[in-house]
Amino acid sequence: MNKYPSWLNALVLAILLAGCLLALPNIYGSVEAVQIADNDGVAYDEARLDEYVRVVENAGVTPEAAFLQDGRVVMRFNSTEDQEIAGERLKAAYERDANVAATLAPRLPDWVRKLGLNPMSLGLDLRGGVYVLLEVDMATAIDSRMKGYQQDFDDRLRDARIRHRVDLADQRLSIRLTSAEDAQAARAIIERTDPNLLVGNGADGNSLTVRMSEAQIKERQDFAIEQNLTTLRNRVNQLGVAEPLVQRQGVDRIVVQLPGVQDPNQLKRILTATATLEFRLVDMSGDEPGSRRYPGRGDESSQVLKRQVIASGDQIIDARTGSDQGQPIVSITLDSAAGERMLQTTMDNLNKPMSTVFIESRRETVMRNGVEEQRTVKTEEVINTATIRGVFKNRFQISGLTPAEAYDLALLLRAGALAAPVYTIDERTIGPSLGQDNIDRGFNAIKIGFLAVIVFMAIYYRAFGLIANVALLSNLVFIVAMLSVLGASLTLPGIAGIVLTVGMAVDANVLIFERIREELAGGAPPQSAINAGYEKALSSITDANITTLIAAVVLFAIGTGPVKGFAITLLLGIITSMFTAIVGTRAIVNLIFGGRKLQSLPV
Amino acid sequence: MRLIKTKTTIDFLSSGRRKIALAISAVLVVVSLVSLATRGLEFGIDFTGGILLEVGYEQPADLEQIRGSLSNAGFEDAQVQLFGRETDVLVRLPPQPQESSESVRQRLQTTLESGGQNIDLRRVESVSAQVGSELAERGALAMVVALLLIFIYVMIRFQWKFSAGAVAALAHDAIVTVGFFSIFRFPFDLTVVAAVLAVIGYSLNDTVVAFDRIRENFLSLRGVSAEDAMNTSINEMLARTLITGLTTLLVLAALLVLGGESIAPFSIALIVGIIIGTYSSIYTASATALALNVNPQDLIEPIKNPELIDDLP
Repeated sequence: MNKYPSWLNALVLAILLAGCLLALPNIYGSVEAVQIADNDGVAYDEARLDEYVRVVENAGVTPEAAFLQDGRVVMRFNSTEDQEIAGERLKAAYERDANVAATLAPRLPDWVRKLGLNPMSLGLDLRGGVYVLLEVDMATAIDSRMKGYQQDFDDRLRDARIRHRVDLADQRLSIRLTSAEDAQAARAIIERTDPNLLVGNGADGNSLTVRMSEAQIKERQDFAIEQNLTTLRNRVNQLGVAEPLVQRQGVDRIVVQLPGVQDPNQLKRILTATATLEFRLVDMSGDEPGSRRYPGRGDESSQVLKRQVIASGDQIIDARTGSDQGQPIVSITLDSAAGERMLQTTMDNLNKPMSTVFIESRRETVMRNGVEEQRTVKTEEVINTATIRGVFKNRFQISGLTPAEAYDLALLLRAGALAAPVYTIDERTIGPSLGQDNIDRGFNAIKIGFLAVIVFMAIYYRAFGLIANVALLSNLVFIVAMLSVLGASLTLPGIAGIVLTVGMAVDANVLIFERIREELAGGAPPQSAINAGYEKALSSITDANITTLIAAVVLFAIGTGPVKGFAITLLLGIITSMFTAIVGTRAIVNLIFGGRKLQSLPV
Repeated sequence: MRLIKTKTTIDFLSSGRRKIALAISAVLVVVSLVSLATRGLEFGIDFTGGILLEVGYEQPADLEQIRGSLSNAGFEDAQVQLFGRETDVLVRLPPQPQESSESVRQRLQTTLESGGQNIDLRRVESVSAQVGSELAERGALAMVVALLLIFIYVMIRFQWKFSAGAVAALAHDAIVTVGFFSIFRFPFDLTVVAAVLAVIGYSLNDTVVAFDRIRENFLSLRGVSAEDAMNTSINEMLARTLITGLTTLLVLAALLVLGGESIAPFSIALIVGIIIGTYSSIYTASATALALNVNPQDLIEPIKNPELIDDLP
């Protein structure tokens, strides 16, 4: 009685060994490292790895290890100084095409790394870093699309010689015409331009209203989010952060997580910045249709500028800061289409003035009828007006900014513009000292809590208590192994979940052992007491664990941030503890006591 | 070793004892609800929105001076308190709609540094009021969904009277735990919501284990009243209930003492919840089921086709 077949013993042992192997990467600790990733996401090969290593070695620094990981190059160093020197050298050499970031890398031996094993990743609260939740201003995204239609229809109706007036309000165009025939013709033109638009009749027969269909709005929103994700990733890459996370959340939100970033101020300025440029000709007559007056920034005088944009920020493919006679400047490179237009414009308008307009949006809170409302305010200012002295094409310089503005603007123009403004709605920064503190405290709590429980169990249930302790220890190993494999981050609440699991995991064994004691007290012989103890306790254990599992799953599904971190370890802990406490301890009990003639049990 | 003797025959559930337990539970729940209604909770910025800074000083911090300089800088509504140790200070501000969070933080940092001390900005959180109310909604939703699913599970595994007993016990635990935070004005943040849900899970664990034994005894002890059968079951499970509670409290005590200030509210909620949960799975759950006239027949499989029986002579 009470013998497991040998295949089952082997299976339990195999699972335990697998758990140990998967948890193994966590014991090595981490060292200073530099990580290099291609800006366009191209995976590096061995040749690039060798090239980067040579660059570092030429600077007199030998990496402790250098290897490819997920298409990125990782180099580990023995000291912070080496890391700094290597980082600076690589940045200087490859700034344009690669994101060079200082980071910490696990000190894994080669064979562990080659098996593809990784330690658990630590959450921001344990390693320090910045978490930002951004909201994309969808109203503005839709507005800007509607403005495009407004200008387009304006042009088309003028070309068709139809007298009209197009206004934009509440994301809807209203087009006034002079006769019902014109309205009919205008409707045909609009429907030909974009058959998906919803065209309705206005208040009288001489007007039309135009708005986007639900599908178009959805498409526009998805486009805005996707575009913003790309732009934000580019911006983050420009900043040089290792393992950044930029991810969509829900309909209109984007999460940005940047481990190890210490100064959130610059980061946030860059992430949410909407600054961009437009180049327009000055309207000398002042009364061309569509012209309007732009205020000047600082000492610049205001200007009446023409409606047509010669080039705008999204057509700029490169931008670098520099200085000219002590003044900060930004050197601009346009794409070919805009370059051609610039060439044509400068040829046709020699000795006429052209202005650079700096555009920025920000969110303001206003009180309207006693309710706080968010409103987007867009500022457009002339930063520079210069006379066109010669013909130029796709390369030129602009001035009129402070050094910091020039630096930010160049970075933003390089990374691309946001399709719609974003606003920070939740932001958490954890300093590195607090992260380390949290790790130390968390692991201390696990150690002491664990120790207290195993001492108690050993005293209270003697040999059976020791067996339960083996199960408890393997349970910890399994939780760590699962977290490592799943790539889930360990957070402080996650540690709390582990601590709680340690306390609760013994419950299954307590149930079994108390049942065995009951059976013994009821006069059952030891072997059948063991068997009955495990069998009869099983339904209680299952019920109890399933109900806790329900709570954990709900927490995981609905919870956010810290709640999710807690739920994941609780969830894993419940599942692994079912295995260790029931199957694991039974295997050991069977090995020790199974098939023997026993007078009593050490329980 | 044994914590309690092998066969206890403590009378937990006689009608006299039940009345006392009912009175205690009623007082706890009413006090909690009154406190929640009048004093409310000390919500963290997770729920209210606002700005929070944890600052490390080199020397023990002078709170009065910090308050003074903040108030001079226009932050009259800043709350300043020590956080865990003498050199750590927590500054909290309600949402500042007129000013961007960057500029508020910048000003806060300059103000705190103006004393000439080197400060270590350990943590900055800035949550908009909108996100705060969303998090609060999701927390409440999680609580309700968890209770509902648990009710369904217990109903399937046992019977609706047990289900009602279990959920009554859980609601009791959740209310008293949250009430405790209201009465003692402990900070109530997202981690506390997680803790309350863990308490629900734990307390249910306890309750279900007791119910399991009750079911077993209902079916095996013939001719014994429901009250006696339940009493016997609770006595039989007493050792297990106390030992599991004890080991869990042991690790939570370690977490409370060693885990640091930011996890303390979480530990406190769990400790309170587990003590209450242990009590409620002994009294509230079973007493509710008894009040609903639970009896062994409830657990016997219902006969599939009652019409057929009517047809029998």
